[in-house]
Amino acid sequence: MTGKNNANFNKEYVELVSKLTPKTNEPKTLFHAFWVGGFICMIGQFIKIVLSSAFGLYGDNLAGATSMVLIFLSALLTGLGVYDRIGKYAGGGSIVPITGFANSVVSPAMEFKSEGFVYGLSAKMFTVAGPIIVFGVIGSVATGLIYYVLGLLGVIA
Amino acid sequence: MIDILMQFVKAFVVGGAICTLAQFIINKTKLTSGKILVFFMLGGLVLQALGVYKYLVDFAGAGATVPISGFGYLLAEGAIKGAKAGIFGAITGGLSSASAGVTAAVTFGYLSALIFNTKSKYN
Repeated sequence: MTGKNNANFNKEYVELVSKLTPKTNEPKTLFHAFWVGGFICMIGQFIKIVLSSAFGLYGDNLAGATSMVLIFLSALLTGLGVYDRIGKYAGGGSIVPITGFANSVVSPAMEFKSEGFVYGLSAKMFTVAGPIIVFGVIGSVATGLIYYVLGLLGVIA
Repeated sequence: MIDILMQFVKAFVVGGAICTLAQFIINKTKLTSGKILVFFMLGGLVLQALGVYKYLVDFAGAGATVPISGFGYLLAEGAIKGAKAGIFGAITGGLSSASAGVTAAVTFGYLSALIFNTKSKYN
């Protein structure tokens, strides 16, 4: 600390950290997000091919079944504490895939289990998933109504 | 064989690109992961409402459907299909077609949280 007092040192340290952190980490975090996120999607593509040849699924059903398998895997990995470690490394690469959605359901549910099964576990499952479902449902109803009205007006077939 | 290989490459590149965009936004704005998920879901929903996202799905397969924007795509796509059947379909079509993801998240999420306990936060 070469003769600097504590307050001065803290201030300079905070300035140094805020100056250095984003620049040094940025390309690295982007790369981590890219390859982990891409890899998860590639696993999804693999599951899709397996499901379509094993069960003859196609279209939206195939996409839905693929999501279910990925969500199952992510719920399991989150329970085992593995997914959070992946998250520390990958950032956005582990948040944005549907596996991150499942992780956001399981993590708080597990954490608040001690507060009970109704207001703890079950309620906290939706701390992050809740807003997604709320905005998703509202957005889809709005989309549906707009397309319905456009159909009535004869704008679209 | 080449065809299947290309499917994997496309899924990897497009899925990776969507995640990189998310990481870029996180770096720039310090948004929490919950908000990122909401914005990307809405992004997919709006793009499909405009009739665009399905081209990305046709091109990249799981690279476009596995990210949460694919969940928004399913919601919008279901609503558009439902709207052709009538007003009831327009309202319920979205959640119907996204039901697999929601059902899986609730069921598997509940079971997983029931069975496992939080690991130390300091590892």
